[in-house]
Amino acid sequence: MNTTSDDIVTENEPTQEALAASDINYSEITKNGLWSNNPALVQLLGLCPLLAVSGSVVNAIGLGLATLLVLIGSNIVVSLIRNIVSDAVKLPVFVMIIASFTTCTELLMRAYTFELYQILGIFIPLIVTNCAILGRADAFACKNKVIPSAIDGLMMGLGFLLVLVCIGAIREVFGAGTLFADMQLLFGEAARDWKITVLGDNYPGFLVAILPPGAFLVAGFLIAFKNMIDNYNEKRRLAAQPKKIIKGAKRVRTTGSIS
Amino acid sequence: MAFIRVTSPHAHTANTTQDIMRWVILATLPGLVALTHFFGWGSIINVLISCLTAIACEALMLSLRKRPILFYLKDYSALVTGILLGLALPPYAPWWLVVIGSTSAIILAKQLYGGLGYNPFNPAMVGYVILLISFPVEMTRWAIPTTLLSDGQTLPSLGTALQTVFGSGGVDGYTGATPLDLFKTQQGLLVEQINAAEPIFSLASFAGAGWEWVNVAFLAGGLFLLYKRAFTWHAPVSMLLALSIMTFLFYGGGNSESGGSLMLHLFSGGTMLGAFFIITDPVSSAVSNKGRIIYGAGIGILIYIIRVWGNYPDAIAFAVLLMNFTAPFIDYYTLPRTYGHSKSTRATRGRDL
Repeated sequence: MNTTSDDIVTENEPTQEALAASDINYSEITKNGLWSNNPALVQLLGLCPLLAVSGSVVNAIGLGLATLLVLIGSNIVVSLIRNIVSDAVKLPVFVMIIASFTTCTELLMRAYTFELYQILGIFIPLIVTNCAILGRADAFACKNKVIPSAIDGLMMGLGFLLVLVCIGAIREVFGAGTLFADMQLLFGEAARDWKITVLGDNYPGFLVAILPPGAFLVAGFLIAFKNMIDNYNEKRRLAAQPKKIIKGAKRVRTTGSIS
Repeated sequence: MAFIRVTSPHAHTANTTQDIMRWVILATLPGLVALTHFFGWGSIINVLISCLTAIACEALMLSLRKRPILFYLKDYSALVTGILLGLALPPYAPWWLVVIGSTSAIILAKQLYGGLGYNPFNPAMVGYVILLISFPVEMTRWAIPTTLLSDGQTLPSLGTALQTVFGSGGVDGYTGATPLDLFKTQQGLLVEQINAAEPIFSLASFAGAGWEWVNVAFLAGGLFLLYKRAFTWHAPVSMLLALSIMTFLFYGGGNSESGGSLMLHLFSGGTMLGAFFIITDPVSSAVSNKGRIIYGAGIGILIYIIRVWGNYPDAIAFAVLLMNFTAPFIDYYTLPRTYGHSKSTRATRGRDL
């Protein structure tokens, strides 16, 4: 049978894809992207940009937004062409799509946030190699319809962005003693005053937080913190469950013969 | 004629961690005394702050990890980490610097990895390196030795020292470059010229004023530990030998490109403290004797490379951490032959079968 369009396949026979599409649960997708399958904290994908440019909040938001754009775009396009591309050329095609979106984002940043573009440098083109994006294209977008894929891209991108901003904020506070410094690079001149000096003007600066080792430390602590919350919730869930009562005698026979 | 016959076993008890740590603490005393004699109260204050922080952090982490606190505190390993870090830091360092270093040494480098015996890196050196890359200004401000003080100037009193450490006032008149630092920054001069021009060399007996005796004191403490068999000779001897060989190779007759004399490298900076107290850490070093020779030689060579061609005047901490990385790899290839077997087996082969 020659599959020419989506509709024929889904209407005539309930393929696996149609089955998968029918029970798409948007809250599940949201929860996966933001928490339980977070690309940075659980899948540990895209660590290279995550660790390298999260030295301050503005850098983190810049790279997070760029990744978010690429991720949504690539998920939509991959989902659109999912039935035309054969498995043999799947991955090269995905990489081409991601690369095109990355180039678009790079040109956009060069046009509107040139200084931030210069600070982020090589890490903008390197979004192409961010495994979180290729991972979503391969694991979700090429098996699902357009709208769920777009939502998945949005949520995964947001999950990545949130972790980036968290790490950026922690590193900025410890490293430089400020928060939201240089926001004018992203949000225009009005954002220049957003800078908060958290730890006083005489803070000597804890350079290790700004340097790469600090990124590893902060990311490690965030992952541990997430696991702690998960464990706590799991324990509470188990405690809340009513205990199953097993029928029969509970006493252990110590005398006599067991018949 | 009657001989007193003593039958085996001759060793009554095994060496406990506690005993060895106590000897190490005892052996650092000559070095601490020398540091205090030449640089004043600064080192003692460092050691005290560092030890208190280390013990507090260890107790905190042990209680968080639900381990018996007193049992682990009594092995003195946190105390040793505190002492070693306090000795390595520049005297009269601000108190928060020492606290941050000691905290990161115990919490990050030791307890997060699982406590004593599980830390892949030397805790004191991790603390030192974190401080060195975070606060380069404070970490390179060493005191000047008493030999170099001008007439009428004395070492800061205990009150002044405490004021410097806990207050904001600096001891500007008392800080200066270390011999290694001075040597590194004197570009394009012959070794003889540097020795003649800089009082820290011209007033010294053989290496650098004050520093030479501090290193001799640490050497003495180290020899005591060797005599007590707290560790084997392999790592320290091989490190000092490798450092000496590198010095001979690149001395270049004392020309302007010279890497410095043998005495400068052996008796300046932290060489002896590193050789006998840092690299002999049984947890983070290689295990077998052959492995320790390779491990020590690697540290010696790295120290010379970083000192002479790197960006930092001294390099014990970086060299030790780099070789800590390689220790499992060295162990894999230097497995000793088991008695009764003709060949040593690879550590991982048994599991594959």
